Amino acid sequence: MKKLVFALAATAAVLGFSVQASAQEKAKICFVYVGSKTDGGWTQAHDIGRQELEKALADKIETQFLENVPEGPDAERAIERLARSGCGLIFTTSFGFMDATVKIAAKFPDVKFEHATGYKTAPNLATYNSRFYEGRYIQGQIAAKISQKGVAGYIASFPIPEVVMGINSFVTGARTVNPDFKIKVVWANTWFDPGKEADAAKALIDQGVDVLTQHTDTTAPMQVAAERGIKAFGQASDMIKAGPETQLTAIVDTWGAYYIKRTQAFIDGKWETTSSWDGLKDGILTMAPYTNMPDDVKAMAEATQKKIEAGELKPFTGPLKKQDGSDWLKDGEVAEDGVLLGMNFYVEGVDDKLPQ
Amino acid sequence: MRIELERRPEVSRLYSILSPFIALALTIFFGGIMFLLLGKDPVSALYSFFIEPLMEVWSLHELAIKAAPLILIAVGLSVCYRSNNWNIGAEGQFIMGAIAGSILPVVFYEWHSPLVLPLMMLLGMLGGALFAGIPAFLKAHLNTNEILSSLMLVYVAQLFLDWLVRGPWRNPGGMNFPETRTFDPITILPEMITSGRAHWGFGFAIIAAVLIWFMMRYTLKGFEITVLGQSERAGRFAGFSSRKMIWFSMLLSGALAGLAGIAEVSGAIQQLRPVISPGYGFTAIIVAFLGRLNPLGIVVAGLVLALTYLGGEAVQVSLQISDKPIKVFQGMLLFFVLSCDTLIHYKIRMMWFDLSDKPVGEVR
Repeated sequence: MKKLVFALAATAAVLGFSVQASAQEKAKICFVYVGSKTDGGWTQAHDIGRQELEKALADKIETQFLENVPEGPDAERAIERLARSGCGLIFTTSFGFMDATVKIAAKFPDVKFEHATGYKTAPNLATYNSRFYEGRYIQGQIAAKISQKGVAGYIASFPIPEVVMGINSFVTGARTVNPDFKIKVVWANTWFDPGKEADAAKALIDQGVDVLTQHTDTTAPMQVAAERGIKAFGQASDMIKAGPETQLTAIVDTWGAYYIKRTQAFIDGKWETTSSWDGLKDGILTMAPYTNMPDDVKAMAEATQKKIEAGELKPFTGPLKKQDGSDWLKDGEVAEDGVLLGMNFYVEGVDDKLPQ
Repeated sequence: MRIELERRPEVSRLYSILSPFIALALTIFFGGIMFLLLGKDPVSALYSFFIEPLMEVWSLHELAIKAAPLILIAVGLSVCYRSNNWNIGAEGQFIMGAIAGSILPVVFYEWHSPLVLPLMMLLGMLGGALFAGIPAFLKAHLNTNEILSSLMLVYVAQLFLDWLVRGPWRNPGGMNFPETRTFDPITILPEMITSGRAHWGFGFAIIAAVLIWFMMRYTLKGFEITVLGQSERAGRFAGFSSRKMIWFSMLLSGALAGLAGIAEVSGAIQQLRPVISPGYGFTAIIVAFLGRLNPLGIVVAGLVLALTYLGGEAVQVSLQISDKPIKVFQGMLLFFVLSCDTLIHYKIRMMWFDLSDKPVGEVR
């Protein structure tokens, strides 16, 4: 027994002495992830961005991250911990971290915060998002060319503006090619659940869709599409490995460019709060190689991508009607960002009732 | 060869007291080896895990926030388990308490009165108790297995909450996101002391623990709970009703879980979301047993478990590692604590030569 007591005392003593305080010159850039950094989807894309940032500015910064942080009070604590541990700039990479980030930002005015996909800003809190819908417009056009039946299946996550916007953009793109094009939507009510997503994919294929797209993060729908011999689009990461003969293209989140830009501004002392909403031209999203499609379709997709990048083409340009047939945008009218960010209605061509 | 657990004739008092410390020492030893194998400094890892979260005021507040629901639920569960009623559905009762308590700030959001907050807490307890009343009724009158019925009702509660925040209770100004309107300041559980954000939920937890401890130790009810839990027959001879005990223990634990739910929502989250608990109701089962079903032990156990969450994050930040090794380390701690506790009551017997179930001739 004496030995045990001694061991405990020794351990306590060692623990007490080991206060580590290595002063550092490098700026600390921190990330809060909602998922695992190897989830193959949303969080992994952010982590790849972090690694690119670390590589690009290796001599000036170091990075740190917390993964699998649940939304809610736990997020508040995680963000506060990073703020206290000397992080100068903190990226919180899930919509659900919004209120937690707002609270901690108010508490630490000297630390800069950036929240992904939210809409609340402060002098030291910026938001950033990606115009994923630009990629979905291209996908819609491809789908309309590839589909024999004129119906695509859409696996959606939650009926929030971001997702509704993607659905509408896809249909709008498709209808520029085939004015009668329709899509069917299944709400999986999850961002990440291989089982549910695969079920949704099967249900859609059973209903007769012959091209599939998804706004959820796993490769399960791609695999189902491959088994059933139809084509599909990848999401968040290039999913070509899950469907070498199946993937037409994928929207790949490439946050690295944004992280480097903002961190550079932070180091130079030029960081200011913004609500950044970058698109294809800024490189915050890129299209995976156009594969498994005829050359003319590929040429069309590339042309559309160039036009969007050049700013000549805005996906939501009138004339566009809402699902019920009423007018939304007049001829030539371009939807305002504010409308898109609060989008809670479908455009014409969606064969689904929006959950309200 | 066979391994058997054999009940010890008497329990050593010394080892009862020492067992958590032995477990801690084992965890530190084996955890240290794990961190070494990962190429990290085990001393600074252990420091970040166990000491760092206790060194700063803000972190102590966070500890209290995290521990509050665990303690509150586990204290209620201890009464259930002591009386041999296996309520596994505290997670659902937590959620239903949160929903019931949120009626005032979400539906009657225009009503401002000092009465709102106490009423919310009462409604929360009522919601949790009523929801626990379902398995209680089923067990008391239809002899249904409460483990199954209470567990299955967790999913009902989760889906009900999900439906509410996407449907009728969705925040009209919330851009279609699945969440309710944020609570008015008057409906937010205040902070206990001004130095940080720990709210009164922790106060409730301590009060509940002390009251239940007093009840178990000094009142006839406590005696009744223990007797009925150990032997229903003996309890019946003493004139205790096991049916009434089902109702009492289930409603009590449901009410405490419900209170934990509304305190968490009102004090920490301040609105309803599709998910309001990272599994507090299930983790509390571990806390209850970690605290040896003793309300005061549960307070310590709740704080220790909360510490493992905070410490886990601190290690992630200070050592730059992923959260997987941390999960392993937390698992080690629980494993050693529970197995040391088991070995107080049981001893291991190795049956090297087991003649009974081997054919003759194969004995070496």
